[in-house]
Amino acid sequence: MKSFVKIAAIGAILGLAACARPAQDMQVQDPYAGGAGAGTVGSSALPGTAEYFKANVGDTVLFAVDQSTLSPDARTVLANQAGWLNQNQAFSAVVEGHADEQGTREYNIALGARRANSVQEYLISQGVAPGRLRTVSYGKERPLAICSTEDCYSKNRRAVTVVSPGAGM
Amino acid sequence: MLRNFLLTSVMALAGLGLAAPVQAQDGPLRIEITNGVIEPMPFAIAAFHDEGGAGEYLAQVQNLIAADLTGTGLFREIPASAHIARPESFDAPVSYEDWKAINAQALVTGAVRVEGGKVLVKFRLFDVFAGQPLGDGMQFDAGTGNWRRAAHKAADQVYARLTGEGPYFDSRVAFVQESGPKDARRKRIGIMDYDGANVKWLTDDSALVLKPRFSPDGSRLLYTSYASGFPQAMVMDVNSLAARSLGQQQGMSFSPRFSPDGRWILYSLEQGGNTDIYQMDAASGAQRALTNAPSIETSPSYSPDGRQIVFESDRSGTPQLYIMGANGGEPKRISFGDGRYGTPVWSPRGDMIAFTRQVNGKFHIGVMRTDGSEEKMLTESFLDEGPTWAPNGRVVMFTRVTPGGNGQPFLHSVDITGRNMRPVKISGAASDPDWGPLLP
Repeated sequence: MKSFVKIAAIGAILGLAACARPAQDMQVQDPYAGGAGAGTVGSSALPGTAEYFKANVGDTVLFAVDQSTLSPDARTVLANQAGWLNQNQAFSAVVEGHADEQGTREYNIALGARRANSVQEYLISQGVAPGRLRTVSYGKERPLAICSTEDCYSKNRRAVTVVSPGAGM
Repeated sequence: MLRNFLLTSVMALAGLGLAAPVQAQDGPLRIEITNGVIEPMPFAIAAFHDEGGAGEYLAQVQNLIAADLTGTGLFREIPASAHIARPESFDAPVSYEDWKAINAQALVTGAVRVEGGKVLVKFRLFDVFAGQPLGDGMQFDAGTGNWRRAAHKAADQVYARLTGEGPYFDSRVAFVQESGPKDARRKRIGIMDYDGANVKWLTDDSALVLKPRFSPDGSRLLYTSYASGFPQAMVMDVNSLAARSLGQQQGMSFSPRFSPDGRWILYSLEQGGNTDIYQMDAASGAQRALTNAPSIETSPSYSPDGRQIVFESDRSGTPQLYIMGANGGEPKRISFGDGRYGTPVWSPRGDMIAFTRQVNGKFHIGVMRTDGSEEKMLTESFLDEGPTWAPNGRVVMFTRVTPGGNGQPFLHSVDITGRNMRPVKISGAASDPDWGPLLP
């Protein structure tokens, strides 16, 4: 599930391209350097986009070791996710469940499925139509953080709601 | 403390039982895989004879037989430079005194011939101190492209006669090759000879693939694929590489494994967040649940007689091992130690169950009797998991993962006494080994 970025950032892209040009090939002064048009152009996703969902609503909730119960923080994030999904009916979502590497491959797939299901049920309880939601578990196959300490493990015990345009199944 | 060699009249091995080092000349030469002695048995391989066109195969065959035997950790080869006797032909009489003088307990003689696109390997085995042959000489032939198999077959015979155990060198292992960074791993399924030679790829790495498992005859492979975007149990024909899903499931299906007769497939099916064990008729595709609990039930493995199933469940609060009948029913818990147990696999001999145990921040590969007694850890590391049995039930292969951001998995093997731990020689990172049957 890729997120699609729709931003009006043409100016920013042009600016970056200019900066990226190798200096040794450029005898001509960068016309933007220090003058008008210098610096970067800010951009932000529009509210009805997957990018906005990820950046502003929050696509991830975390879990304790071996647990699939939702913390109060997780419930807050999920309530916001449900609100967004209810406002953006043209989107469906796949909830990805993940586990840290401390566990066997198979058990972690089952554990990730439990976590994804907890999120799915909560979203449904908040009014999201079941037909717009699917779950998948990656177990320990797709860590977000790659170190082998609790620092990373705590980030990897997660469920990620990936929204995409389309009415679902 | 775990290995023993002895000249004794032991019967077939009783597994983990203690063996006394007996000096007896009235029985066959025998090395025992046991809790006893750690000295490998010294043996010699007299220079093989070229009986026609052997060329490069002569040394390759002899070296591979030696590698198979010494690779078990049970045997130590006496180098050719120490040999006194130089037999003139394969049929020349054995000068036992010369081999005794260098303390070779066992002697292997052999010859290689290449003819009509085939490599023919002959061998004889002798009990040096008894001054007599150990079984009859044998000959194996294979196409030149399969010369390693002929050598493995000869080595298997030597191993079996000296240990009383079943052979296992002429076998293959299915595995997953891993590449790329830890957060974007690419995986593909391959098969290789047990020693890492002859790697052949069965899938590409366009989708995550996990846990390949051979059918009893080695012709098919079950595995889990994310090609659809969701984990699905798949079956593949090893020769044609034709693959199909095991059926459209409502939910995620994973961890499939054949029954010993190939008729049934056990797998895990997730529905509504809950994972249970299901059984499928491999021919008709008809399926039914064998467990029905709100806890996680996964990693099922049949007993060799097909009557029982060992699996992993967290119904007690942590993952533990349980045994149930082949039709399901009330399971009996067999693991009671601290920590978490998983990935149980029943030995093909039926006598033991190998498993992964996680305790005090470490992972172990362990074995226990099928009633849970005599539990024993064979390994310890940051992350060991997923044992698979050699066809003779005396060696297990497993995945060992190194820690850290650049951590990678590698295949290792270890014998059931915890000795002779060694990496499998293949290039690159690999995981999820499944040891296939002895080849015909």
